[in-house]
Amino acid sequence: MAEYQNIFTRVQVRAPAYAGVTLPSGTWQRQGQPFFSYWLGRIGDAQIGPIYLGTTGVISLICGFIAIEIIGLNMWASVNWDPVQFVRQLPWLALEPPPPQYGLSLPPLNEGGWWLMAGFFLTTSILLWWVRTYRRARALGLGTHVAWAFASAIWLYLVLGFIRPLLMGSWGEAVPFGIFPHLDWTAAFSIRYGNLFYNPFHMLSIAFLYGSTLLFAMHGATILAVSRFGGEREIEQVVDRGTAAERAALFWRWTMGFNATMESVHRWAWWFAVLVTLTGGIGILLTGTVVDNWYLWAVKHGLAPSYPHVFAPVVDPATLPEVPK
Amino acid sequence: MNVDLRMSLVGCMLAACALLTGCERPPTDTVQRGYRGLGMVEVSNPRTVAVHEALNQAPQPLPAAPAGGPLASATYQNVQVLGDLSVNEFTRLMLAMTSWVAPKEGCAYCHAGANFASDELYTKVVARRMLQMTRHINNQWKSHVAATGVTCFTCHRGEHIPAQVWFKDPGPVTAQGMAGNRAGQNAPAPQVGLTSLPFDPFTPFLDQSAGIRVASTSALPDGNRHSIKQTEWTYALMMHISQSLGVNCTYCHNTRSFFSWDASTPQRATAWHGIRLVRDLNHAYLEPLKPVFPHSRLGPLGDVPKVNCATCHQGAFKPLYGASMLHDYPELAVTASAPPIAAEANKQ
Repeated sequence: MAEYQNIFTRVQVRAPAYAGVTLPSGTWQRQGQPFFSYWLGRIGDAQIGPIYLGTTGVISLICGFIAIEIIGLNMWASVNWDPVQFVRQLPWLALEPPPPQYGLSLPPLNEGGWWLMAGFFLTTSILLWWVRTYRRARALGLGTHVAWAFASAIWLYLVLGFIRPLLMGSWGEAVPFGIFPHLDWTAAFSIRYGNLFYNPFHMLSIAFLYGSTLLFAMHGATILAVSRFGGEREIEQVVDRGTAAERAALFWRWTMGFNATMESVHRWAWWFAVLVTLTGGIGILLTGTVVDNWYLWAVKHGLAPSYPHVFAPVVDPATLPEVPK
Repeated sequence: MNVDLRMSLVGCMLAACALLTGCERPPTDTVQRGYRGLGMVEVSNPRTVAVHEALNQAPQPLPAAPAGGPLASATYQNVQVLGDLSVNEFTRLMLAMTSWVAPKEGCAYCHAGANFASDELYTKVVARRMLQMTRHINNQWKSHVAATGVTCFTCHRGEHIPAQVWFKDPGPVTAQGMAGNRAGQNAPAPQVGLTSLPFDPFTPFLDQSAGIRVASTSALPDGNRHSIKQTEWTYALMMHISQSLGVNCTYCHNTRSFFSWDASTPQRATAWHGIRLVRDLNHAYLEPLKPVFPHSRLGPLGDVPKVNCATCHQGAFKPLYGASMLHDYPELAVTASAPPIAAEANKQ
């Protein structure tokens, strides 16, 4: 019985290291001597490497390294090159975008110029990594689902750091690079635009985000639960329903009246995940460009309910005569 | 279960316990203030409140002065502010001020030697100006202090300089050169609740009169160009107020629409006046004292110690939790004209 309560991977199949299918001539070769890791084998395949880097992979890593260097060295300079303070204050440190008065012009290095440069290299790195994801999928004869899901995340990233600042006419609208600073930026963004929770695309994004985690938990649990019947061979069971697929389907049909199939559950998960950042990006793009106060927008369209007043009416003191301003 | 699995589980549990240490220890108290469902709830930690309560105890008032007697101005020399008090009242107030501001040093903290009329010590010149300031607050700023009023003790609490004053903050030392600009923020600053928000919201909002409001008053864009960075400055000021008063955002605001006055609590209007009060005190009373203060009393950028919300409130939503010491020292609310400080500084 306990043998089937499989939270961690129980079985590690070991075979001689597999180098992968032969690559076409004219491309890079895979790098590194493969080896086995018992502990990684508990959460995945025990074989590590070889890895295919390729031109895009190498340039992407270099650009990513440059971006992290610019961000990290600026953070370190902001604590006067003190290594102890760099570690202690790291969650607070940031590389800030230019002040709003620079608009879309090129600011001095220490007034956001470094931020623009870091953003350029990080974006280049991410886009090249996307190209690499796409091309590796094609090289293996796969569909490009992973690349398009990644593209959805890149869409939100570009809206936040590039497209919306362009539309607003100021790099200062973009997100700082930093752990707490980007969170404070997020809270300030919502306050400035009258509460982002009233933005319907933000609502959709949250629904898809939480929905993704729910679907992931449901699907993962279902497959683990039927693995004693061979349920982890999901794709085979798409066309050849074994007892695992039947039992999994019955479980959900009995408990909630409807069940996904061994194939469709993956489409559910893919769309939910992709729509998180797709809708989120639309919500951010509309903020400040099309809608300036989401709460008032929601009141205007009957979305925000009104509540009874429990305090004596409060008047804005700035509107009263004979009050020092 | 085999040994590996057991070790993994123990490791996970230890990690979970370590994460929990980052949390505030329960229990906390909550009190609903607004309409149900709006989350307008005051959350307080009884252990934090106990600390603030200890800091916010009003001292016993001195016995009332016997009625009648000659005026202080007729008896003593160089009584510029309290001359309208009787000698008995005057002496009582001086004793009270000593216990409020300089309990260890006594009279000698402000008065040089045997000549109590002398303005030789800067502390006496500052104290005179602070008396004028106290009367000014109690008369002109009832919109914030109501009838409760303030006394020297409201800020000083037995210290020469109130525990919570502020100076212009140059921020942490950064590498001078072409990198490492903090942009006025991103340091774990206690005055803004250890957030990474701008660490000196006082200079623009409580010294200068920069605009605080950033949100639009219309649903669609109508030319409001307030930036997100600007919002972070406002946010920093609000963190300071929240911390100074030991309250949540919802003490003043309905967080579903921070900007709406019709959804706010009456305390927001009180706070609005408080911000103007602080600006007034910094401009009219503290900053003109700059030539009076010795250099050691000035901040790193050479500015005078200034007041913010924490100077009086010290963690309580009302200083001393609303105890009115002014009731026992009504002479601190007497209307009096305030001569410009420059004249006094020149007398030195």
